[in-house]
Amino acid sequence: MSIGHTLLGLLESGPRHGYDLKRAFDEKFGHDRPVHYGQIYSTMSRLLKNGLVEVDGVESGSGPERKRYAITKAGITDVGQWLAQPEKPDPYLQSTLYTKVVLALLTGRSAVELLDTQRSEHLRMMRILTDRKRQGDIADQLICDHALFHLEADLRWLELTAARLDRLAQEVSA
Amino acid sequence: MSTQDTTLTGSLLSAHELRKSFGPTPALDGASFSIRPGEVVAIMGPSGSGKSTLLHCLAGIVPPDSGTITYSGRHLTALSDAERSALRRNDFGFVFQFGQLVPELSCVENVALPLRLAGIKRKDAHRAAQKWLERLEVSDVGHKRPGEVSGGQGQRVAVARALVGSPRVVFADEPTGALDSYNGERVMQLLTDAARESQAAVVLVTHEARVAAYSDREIVVRDGQVRDAAVAV
Repeated sequence: MSIGHTLLGLLESGPRHGYDLKRAFDEKFGHDRPVHYGQIYSTMSRLLKNGLVEVDGVESGSGPERKRYAITKAGITDVGQWLAQPEKPDPYLQSTLYTKVVLALLTGRSAVELLDTQRSEHLRMMRILTDRKRQGDIADQLICDHALFHLEADLRWLELTAARLDRLAQEVSA
Repeated sequence: MSTQDTTLTGSLLSAHELRKSFGPTPALDGASFSIRPGEVVAIMGPSGSGKSTLLHCLAGIVPPDSGTITYSGRHLTALSDAERSALRRNDFGFVFQFGQLVPELSCVENVALPLRLAGIKRKDAHRAAQKWLERLEVSDVGHKRPGEVSGGQGQRVAVARALVGSPRVVFADEPTGALDSYNGERVMQLLTDAARESQAAVVLVTHEARVAAYSDREIVVRDGQVRDAAVAV
């Protein structure tokens, strides 16, 4: 995820302090991985240097100075371009699972057992996500659904591979 | 008590070494299974692997050629047809892929049907049925016939009918197979929530991992054989 673009997008609704930005980021996108303060401030320095944000005000109190950031016109354009640009789909061609299956066949280990064990592990994760989805809000549901669909795709591949193991074994040993 | 009974202690319904053939084709080739009270177990496997046959045997719909099925300490395979029918009516609930509601009856009458067959008065049966329709979020379709409701609504009515008689085991054969993913998941959520609240066990046949993820654990049927880790044979 591009933290810079995400922070810029959060600034479009109005100026915010670094602390507010962190809170908004964590609330909306950082359920599982909150962003560090250091990452916020280093990103804001870069955006500032590139003219995508500006300092809207500085508050000085008993602690350190607190800068309030605002997005610039160039920043708004940058966010717009980022949103309009489709994400490159992952081709998923480098599969550790495929490598493990081939190695199991090559070394005379049980590929069926490997696939079964992996299927159980995938389903275990799917149960955890399904449970979280049941108890979560719409944001949680969408995040979990995204993960669940990917895991389901993996599982379909596992089933398909299990059905084609004999053929794969012949090719591998040829 | 046999070794088999000892290994399955705590199970509500269990099967041991089931074999069943249709003509020369073996559908089950030594399948064992166990489910505890209130547990939700998914039976998974490729098409034609024997998972529906296993469900039908467990539910006493189809007798196995050999092997034993024990429900609540009783050997299902030793019961007469009439006794098995009574068991299905009183202790089991069923949800199938296409609902299989009675088309001539309204939805509330469909849900009330198991209670009526058990001899409960019409008014009481309808009141209980209406409560279940509310719980399944389809209280507004009670007066309609199954042909007049959507697939998702029909499946919720079928779930209500399966649970209205407080069964100890619900058998669900591809209950979301005819639904889109949103409605399918909603039906699964409502089915498993209601079953868990009622302490009913659910035997769920599905080939969809997202549906199986609503279960407590899964078993996989391949070529009529089952490996169920819960059965220490």
